[in-house]
Amino acid sequence: MEVQQFNYDNKIVKYFIIATLIWGAVALLVGLLIALQLAFPAFNLGLEYTTYGRTRPLHTNAVIFAFIGNAMFAGMYYSLQRVLKARLFNDLLSKVHFWGWQIIIVLAALTLLGGFTTGKEYAELEWPVDILIALIWVTFGANMIGTILKRRVKHIYASVWWYLASFLGIAVLHIVNSVELPVSLLKSYPVYAGAQDAVVQWWYGHNAVAFFLTTPWLGLMYYYLPKASNRPIYSYQLSIVHFWTLIFLYMWSGPHHLLYQALPDWVQALGVTFSIMLIAPSWGGMINGLLTLRGAWDKVRDQAELKFMVVALTAYGMATFEGPMMSLKSVNAISHFTDWTIAHTHIAGMGWNGGMIFGMLYWLVPKLFRTPLYSKKMANTHFWLATLGILMFAIPLYWAGITQWLMLREYNANGLLTYPNFLETTTQIMPMYHFRILGGLLFFSGFLLFFYNMFKTIAMGNLVDNEAAEAPALTDSSARKAGETLHRLIERKGVVLTVLVLIALAIGGAVEIIPMLKIESNIPRIAAVTPYTPLELAGRDIYVANGCYNCHSQQIRPLRWETDRYGEYSKIGEFVYDHPFQWGSRRTGPDLARAGWVGSSTYKTAIWHYNHFTKPKEINPQTIMPAYPWFAKNNVDLTDIPKKIRAMQTLGVPYAPGYDQKAVADYKEQAQIIVAELKASGVDIAADKEIIAMIAYLHKLGRDISPANQK
Amino acid sequence: MNIMFLLIGVSLLAAMTFLLLFIWAVKTGQYDDTFTPSVRILFDDDEVSEKEPEKGNGPHKEDKTADKETNKENSNCSLPESQL
Repeated sequence: MEVQQFNYDNKIVKYFIIATLIWGAVALLVGLLIALQLAFPAFNLGLEYTTYGRTRPLHTNAVIFAFIGNAMFAGMYYSLQRVLKARLFNDLLSKVHFWGWQIIIVLAALTLLGGFTTGKEYAELEWPVDILIALIWVTFGANMIGTILKRRVKHIYASVWWYLASFLGIAVLHIVNSVELPVSLLKSYPVYAGAQDAVVQWWYGHNAVAFFLTTPWLGLMYYYLPKASNRPIYSYQLSIVHFWTLIFLYMWSGPHHLLYQALPDWVQALGVTFSIMLIAPSWGGMINGLLTLRGAWDKVRDQAELKFMVVALTAYGMATFEGPMMSLKSVNAISHFTDWTIAHTHIAGMGWNGGMIFGMLYWLVPKLFRTPLYSKKMANTHFWLATLGILMFAIPLYWAGITQWLMLREYNANGLLTYPNFLETTTQIMPMYHFRILGGLLFFSGFLLFFYNMFKTIAMGNLVDNEAAEAPALTDSSARKAGETLHRLIERKGVVLTVLVLIALAIGGAVEIIPMLKIESNIPRIAAVTPYTPLELAGRDIYVANGCYNCHSQQIRPLRWETDRYGEYSKIGEFVYDHPFQWGSRRTGPDLARAGWVGSSTYKTAIWHYNHFTKPKEINPQTIMPAYPWFAKNNVDLTDIPKKIRAMQTLGVPYAPGYDQKAVADYKEQAQIIVAELKASGVDIAADKEIIAMIAYLHKLGRDISPANQK
Repeated sequence: MNIMFLLIGVSLLAAMTFLLLFIWAVKTGQYDDTFTPSVRILFDDDEVSEKEPEKGNGPHKEDKTADKETNKENSNCSLPESQL
């Protein structure tokens, strides 16, 4: 048998590691900033670019795609080459993948702070960036599949299967969820509306958790845990069984993010059922990981990387038990819209993903740079800071979530809400927000030790850019023959061809089918619900751009304590013109679905909104709402209005033909009414200011189905 | 809610892709041996005979000589499997 000589590409792994360290610091720092903003609104810095509604998506996107994403690519590219005994398929693809991904991250930071967002959680990036993501993701996939095809080991190790599933899953999800109609270079409307948009968004949202935060990391766990502990995986068979089960079940669980909301019951039931079933394959991974350390627990005492992996697996086990529980309607009534969910995501994000990243890199960096770790003591200190940080972060948030829920549903002897003012519940949990900052600080200070330790180790070390390796050639007939083009090879490999064709079909099918589905037939329509006027539409765009959905929901669940507080529960037919839907997932402030329903608790006059936007503290001294004084200064660009109306018409919103030409006149006419109203209250303001559009939009919410509108 | 038909369709398509991959995996003998692969990955380092001298004491240095020997043995073990 011929033994072949080849090289491993270590340089690309190094690049991704350094990117992980830098973006990790940025992502956690922004996390610290938003924790401060929630407790002390002064940290919004009085700038529209740095208010919570824009910094929060920056934090989530940076953590998921920049920090965890880069770490994932580093871990995959190192392990892929070694388990497949082949250099990465193509150096150019590796470089394009790396630099492309970093450009995406920079563009994401700039656009999110600039207020260019689609308003869909974890999919906030606008259409040009979405296209770039799709291209770079396919580059990554091609590089990985190419490496698999030129492998020198016939058997494909468990980890690679997880990587492959992650690639396929994210490709399909990202493409389907990002179908949007561009209006300008940095503005688009999703083709789906209301409940449909919500279902697609959370089908994506939950599967992003699956295929970006779970499956790649289980794959990495199956490589790095055995390597770091020098023990084979406890049960290879279990890894196969729970892999196939997990990827089959995950796709269906998205609707558990929309329980009790304006969605058919059967869709909710579908999501709940699959979420509960997910316990089994999830725990398969946790058990397999922990049992791998059977007989090697003494190593955990000595190796910081194993300590982190043990915490990671434990956090994974807890989060994947808690997740299905939160998918039960009765539990979801508590956890949804409260800080419980935030605690849950941080157990998973800081514990599972964070723990795996730290564990993996404490092992990988010394290995890759051929040097011992700069300081073991520092790594152990980091471990305790991180673990205590997670606890000090999550426990106060669980406490806050349950406290707030208990207060919101508290009735007095007269059958009235004990705390009718939402603000009282926010004030009550404020001490918990202070503890959470401390938890975040602990976690971040641990990260700084890690950061320093890693760079010191890298500086001490000596990276071999192209590490020599040798392996027997694969004699299997399906292996690539010398001089054969990749296409010929794929042709001979029927299965691979089928898979690629299916991906192509999925993309093609999505592009073809989705536009036809944009106007839904079997959503119960409400005759009174009318499209947004041009002024209201402009206001809605400002609402989306400023990320108001990060704190305010627009969805009243049919629970007594919600309808008593906000009014009539939300109906599916109310949202048919909402591109995108803005139901939100967390209430830091009150729900706004009835802000335009005269007589509801959230209905406020124009002058109240004016004062509240410009000086919220003067209306509610304890409020944590940031001030938006620039709403009264910034002008709405009226030249965009006809384009936006035409885009909405394309999406099926029934404006009269040719309405785009009359839209600006209508805009000015409606704005004048609000200007006059404000003038009567002593405020003089021009009609084209953003605040006028915002007031008009808020007064539209719930108005169509209100009694005042029926007259 | 006819968007559900699309999502179910896309999900089924993805599931079908996974199913085909699964069938391929079983048919090509990927799962015939569910023990060797778990051990093999532990021996995939430093296989080249003329290795550069290392700096410092890597955390796993003590295992290396043992690894190398077992590795040769192991790659022989996997031969019959790859000829299936």
